[in-house]
Amino acid sequence: MRVRMRKVARRFLLAHAGLLLSASVSFAADASHPTSLRLNPSQYHQIIADTFGTSITVNGRFEPELREEGMEAIGAARASFSPAGIERYDDLARGIAEQVVDEAHRGILVQCKPQAATSRDDACARTFIGRTAPQLYRRPLKNGELETLVKVAGDSADTLHDFYAGLSTSLVNMLISPDFLFKYRKVEADPAHPSHLRLDGYSKATALSFFLWNSGPDELLLKAAQDGELHTKTGLQRQVDRMVSSPSLEVGVRAFFADMLGFSDFEIVSKDPAFFPRFTNRVKDDAKEQTLLTIVDHLIARQGDYRDLFTTPNTFMTRSLATLYGVALADKSDNGQPMHWQPYAFKDGDPRAGLLSQISFVALHSPAGRTSPTGRGKALREFILCQTVPAPPGNVDFKFVQDTSNPVYKTARDRLTAHRSEAMCAGCHKITDPIGLALEKFDSAGAYRTKENGVDIDTTGELSGKQFDGPAGLARVIRDEPAVTSCVARRAFAFGTGHFPPKGDEWSGIERKFADSKYKFPELLRQIAMSDLLFDVSQEEATAKAQ
Amino acid sequence: MSKLNGTSRRQVLRGTLAGAAVSVGLPILDCMLNSNGDAFADTGAPIPVRFGTWFWGLGFGEGQWTPKEAGANYTLPGVLEPLTPLKKKFNFFTGAEVFLEGKANETHFTGAQGLMTGRVGTAREYSGSLDTLISEVIGTRTRFRSIEVTCNGDPKSGWSAPKDSERQLAEVSPLALYTRVFGPEFKDPNAAEFTPDPAVMVRRSALSAVTDRRTSLMTEVGAEDKAKLDAYFTSVRALEQKLDAQLRKPDPLLACSRPNEPKKDEKQALTIVGDAMERHDLFTGVLVHALACGQTNVINLCITDGMSGLRQEGETDSHHTLTHEESIDPALGYQKRCAAFQNAYMNGLLRFASALDAVKEGDKTLLDRMLVFAFTDHGAPRLHSVRNMPIITFGSANGKMKTGLHVPRPSDAVTRVGLTVQQIMGVPTSSWGVGANRVTSPISEVIA
Repeated sequence: MRVRMRKVARRFLLAHAGLLLSASVSFAADASHPTSLRLNPSQYHQIIADTFGTSITVNGRFEPELREEGMEAIGAARASFSPAGIERYDDLARGIAEQVVDEAHRGILVQCKPQAATSRDDACARTFIGRTAPQLYRRPLKNGELETLVKVAGDSADTLHDFYAGLSTSLVNMLISPDFLFKYRKVEADPAHPSHLRLDGYSKATALSFFLWNSGPDELLLKAAQDGELHTKTGLQRQVDRMVSSPSLEVGVRAFFADMLGFSDFEIVSKDPAFFPRFTNRVKDDAKEQTLLTIVDHLIARQGDYRDLFTTPNTFMTRSLATLYGVALADKSDNGQPMHWQPYAFKDGDPRAGLLSQISFVALHSPAGRTSPTGRGKALREFILCQTVPAPPGNVDFKFVQDTSNPVYKTARDRLTAHRSEAMCAGCHKITDPIGLALEKFDSAGAYRTKENGVDIDTTGELSGKQFDGPAGLARVIRDEPAVTSCVARRAFAFGTGHFPPKGDEWSGIERKFADSKYKFPELLRQIAMSDLLFDVSQEEATAKAQ
Repeated sequence: MSKLNGTSRRQVLRGTLAGAAVSVGLPILDCMLNSNGDAFADTGAPIPVRFGTWFWGLGFGEGQWTPKEAGANYTLPGVLEPLTPLKKKFNFFTGAEVFLEGKANETHFTGAQGLMTGRVGTAREYSGSLDTLISEVIGTRTRFRSIEVTCNGDPKSGWSAPKDSERQLAEVSPLALYTRVFGPEFKDPNAAEFTPDPAVMVRRSALSAVTDRRTSLMTEVGAEDKAKLDAYFTSVRALEQKLDAQLRKPDPLLACSRPNEPKKDEKQALTIVGDAMERHDLFTGVLVHALACGQTNVINLCITDGMSGLRQEGETDSHHTLTHEESIDPALGYQKRCAAFQNAYMNGLLRFASALDAVKEGDKTLLDRMLVFAFTDHGAPRLHSVRNMPIITFGSANGKMKTGLHVPRPSDAVTRVGLTVQQIMGVPTSSWGVGANRVTSPISEVIA
């Protein structure tokens, strides 16, 4: 198991390394045509941790993420900031800045001491800003930017008679700046192909870094950008190899799957404690973490086949989760701490195996009071297989639909079968319900049951011509669905770019190499990172350049 | 003009605007309103007109809730009986619809989109909602351009969206809202002394370094990014506006007082209708005070998203599930269990409006000086219909809208109500809506 404390120091060291990238790098305005993505909450958290360490807490709420075409990463390409949203980011920034300059942190995070704490000291401010702003902006500062921020710090210090308050004001400005909150892509003429455009080195570094680490570039990556290394195959290979083997890959993989599996919706999941007393807030948090730990362990530590995530008996358990799963968990912790993640393997023949039987899936896709096989089936189609289930038509007559008190239709299967007798409903429900019904032995909170209203639950079904019985059977069929691997590959690409990959030989080649690797996920990431597609200049960027 | 030791009150106020960290004493006068009660006697500034939206999910069902009579002498349908005490202060619009023109009826979305934005389209095309059009007229000088809240815990369930931007994040916690509005940054408009906060002055000044990036960034980006940057800088402008308001000596508002601090929220997501309505009441308490204290002129309150997952305590079926699955009671002619939710919502609307009506501002109440637009997502939710959409407006916008009327608009576009509301609120527009939902004239019978 690789439960790792978040690495504090990696980019924090950058702050001490005195990196102020050379302003000699060309930033001709006419060569810059960004296509931006809004920084998402997990990236924001990660950058703050990387820049200032994990003792700086990020308190407050973010603008909600937009999920489009199944991914928040795609929604980020359209998202901007509402007035209410920017107010929150201002609050977040002030909370962070106050901590960075407070007496507990200034000695470490501010690399110099002002001549007097009660007045401006532009030299010291310049040192702090000169090291911090390039990290936050993910590029060297342009002409004038440094002096503008130093002036903000100095003028504020004059007014407030407090050097650190001035520094804090300047840091707030950086943290609400569009240069921090949007990830830009900038294009430039490609010297090797004068008629072509390419991303500049810092845009490549940023794309790589958020794709693989869900954070901004580290010192070495920025250096590689500065030196032009990322424009050569060898140099790019060197950086990608380093990044894929870095512990930070785990951060990126967790962020990707949290997006792909829709985990931001956990924020609004609630179960009725009258029916599901064991579904506590702790269980909710643990359920999400359990799945992410399972994924990281299987895909990175074990270098497992992605498809086996749907059948693996291996997972991790806390005592809170064990209560809901109904499994015995020996308390192995040395000091009796109840929150201790323990490796756990379900036995052969257990209905639980793989991600689909975990609470994070079956509870996330169930209403508060009862299950919804249709909802679970739809979620499986959309989140795991990248298929679109049409919305229900208007003017549906639901007269046959579930009436849980109907003495004839006692189970969800009975009720849905009656509903599917309506021709206009059958088309969609036949693609969602059979797979959702296979999970019916997991109640709305995810606990195991065998009966509904006193009747045995039937979990048999069929997918792609293959018969199955129960969640383990469903999982084996899902594992072998070709859409499972193409879906995760396409979504991984979208996580890095904000859009799906274009069809063509290059993408087909990436999927083929993913298959050749026996579906090793880090290999997929490596192939995408090394492809031309990740850095492809869009039509809009090219058009903007032409204009 | 009253004089204070030879200095006019206005001069004192002007002095504070231009000044730095100075402390100025201003006595609260016995009567700060002019003889008409519609303006501050001293500054001549009109008492602001306010606007609010109030959303409940899943409409009224298919019962007989359309009154037979039009105008003032109509009999309240059963579903509106909770509103009886304020019958003279609201209008009930029935019969109007959202025209789909062959476009998809996205369930629990399209109806509200038509009502709030005047168009039918995808979720991506949801922008420029009614409240934001109005806040551009009445919300540019308050600390908050608008305040959005939702009672079910899902911050995405509100319906307010600026032009060129997605739906705004809604506050989910009454305590957090209280802290945001009435926390340390709150300046009591009736305080005897006003001292601009130097820390706020510094923040306001520093923001210009952010806004100065606009010009250079705009030259670097393509069309799509320009739109996003526009939205970003508009939002930064709203932040500047908030800080400006904090630096300005506020006009005294005699009805302003600080509300009680709401209790700490036990949890964010709620699924029991009673819990959601309890949160609604807590929000109402803070919002009414925020309006009375001039912190904002525009509020948006949402009970749940359209596809409401709220349940009655002890029951497993949600309101949304029931709208589709509960049989219509043959004797009653409507879905009885669904009606319990509608009753809870209308009782909540009564408490909301009553709280506004309890605030006296001169010869009128806060509700009188306000216009509340209460709307829903479906006319007949069981069928996902966007015809016969019920709309309720409360308040007269300071006498500009007649009230106490049933206004039947069978087969009319719902946008006509929206256009009427905009014109009453001072939005300079003669038309609103897209395609078949575009209208070019208001409902004149409700304009005073």
